Amino acid sequence: MSAPIKTLSIDGRDVSATAEQTVLDVATENGIFIPALCHLDGITPVGACRLCLVEVQGSSKLLPACITRVEEGMRVTTDSERLARYRRSVMELLLAERNHICSVCVSNGNCELQALAQRLGITHVRYPYLFPKHSVDASHERFVADHNRCILCARCVRVCDEVEGAHTWDIMGRGVDCRVITDLSQPWGESETCTGCGKCVQVCPTGALVEKGKSVAEMSKRRQFLPYLAMMRGRNQ
Amino acid sequence: MSEEKMKIATVWLDGCSGCHMSLLDMDERLLDLAEKIELVYSPLVDTKQFPEHVDVTLVEGAVASEEDLEKIRRIRTRTGTLVSLGDCAVTANVPSMRNSCSLKSVFEAAYGTGVLNAQVPSEGVPRLLPRVCPVHEVVEVDVYVPGCPPPADTIHFVLSELIEGRKPELAEHTRFGI
Repeated sequence: MSAPIKTLSIDGRDVSATAEQTVLDVATENGIFIPALCHLDGITPVGACRLCLVEVQGSSKLLPACITRVEEGMRVTTDSERLARYRRSVMELLLAERNHICSVCVSNGNCELQALAQRLGITHVRYPYLFPKHSVDASHERFVADHNRCILCARCVRVCDEVEGAHTWDIMGRGVDCRVITDLSQPWGESETCTGCGKCVQVCPTGALVEKGKSVAEMSKRRQFLPYLAMMRGRNQ
Repeated sequence: MSEEKMKIATVWLDGCSGCHMSLLDMDERLLDLAEKIELVYSPLVDTKQFPEHVDVTLVEGAVASEEDLEKIRRIRTRTGTLVSLGDCAVTANVPSMRNSCSLKSVFEAAYGTGVLNAQVPSEGVPRLLPRVCPVHEVVEVDVYVPGCPPPADTIHFVLSELIEGRKPELAEHTRFGI
């Protein structure tokens, strides 16, 4: 089976792709860096974090690279002053929205949010921190959900639904009040659908979902299973 | 007269003193720096009054009390380059963890739990602000040095760049948390 080939340019470089690929896929394949936090190979992209916004010639809007399919003759810019400004704002808003206190976090040093903030050159947040009051759910026998550190990327929701097939996780609320929940917003430990597989913990980009018993900077995630499972299911073929 | 030493001050607001420890961790490099700077005010020296004019002030700690606020406002007017040193100054960090609770419940937890005749100290201590905030929420900041604490190498880099008259670019040298 051969898919039709599309030719496009990214940052002035001519690249080719198959029709079902996204701009982010093709950029990554060609070694062009586009920041992203909600995207993860092996689960359906949703365009939630808005960090992968790119400029496409002919469109006045910025488009999220993770859910934008390639088109013949497309001209994409992944790096400009305007994009840097937007990405910086998005990142700072993520940091201001919850209580991300890296110095006392189990994921310190192994956190995608922390690492990306550094990569984008962020040394401070210009917006006032919201300091919301959020709970920590430690009712599960092996895992902890700390909503203070959640960025609502929905990786946990997607991996639980699409890969594990349990759909324990979901998101409730609107806007700034959104939060991830287990079952019908019951304590995780009382969930009837959770299989305890831990996939949600391993794909979480921050210290929001972690294993119990870890101290500061001890929690590193293992997500090698995901591309493997995706490949075995033939999605990457 | 280009030999005049750069006047440096350091202050300690709501922090753990870890940033000052990291400053001292520069070890023998402090001797070379001492040739080029004069430490005019700091928890590490005896001066009681913040001088009228300081070239660079390194601020450790968040703004948590009325005293912190008064100090930092005065310091800002007397300082050329104000540096937020460390996560408490830059993000409010650990001191900000009380912000999601009311001040009343903070006092209750600190002074009222498990003791008889609990008293909240009110004489001779600075009044706490309802909300701990990063330094740049109350005064303008010129250089941000995240890190808990920023490594000694990073602080050395910051001072060396400022001595050379350059604004340090820090993203590669430190990050939140460390």
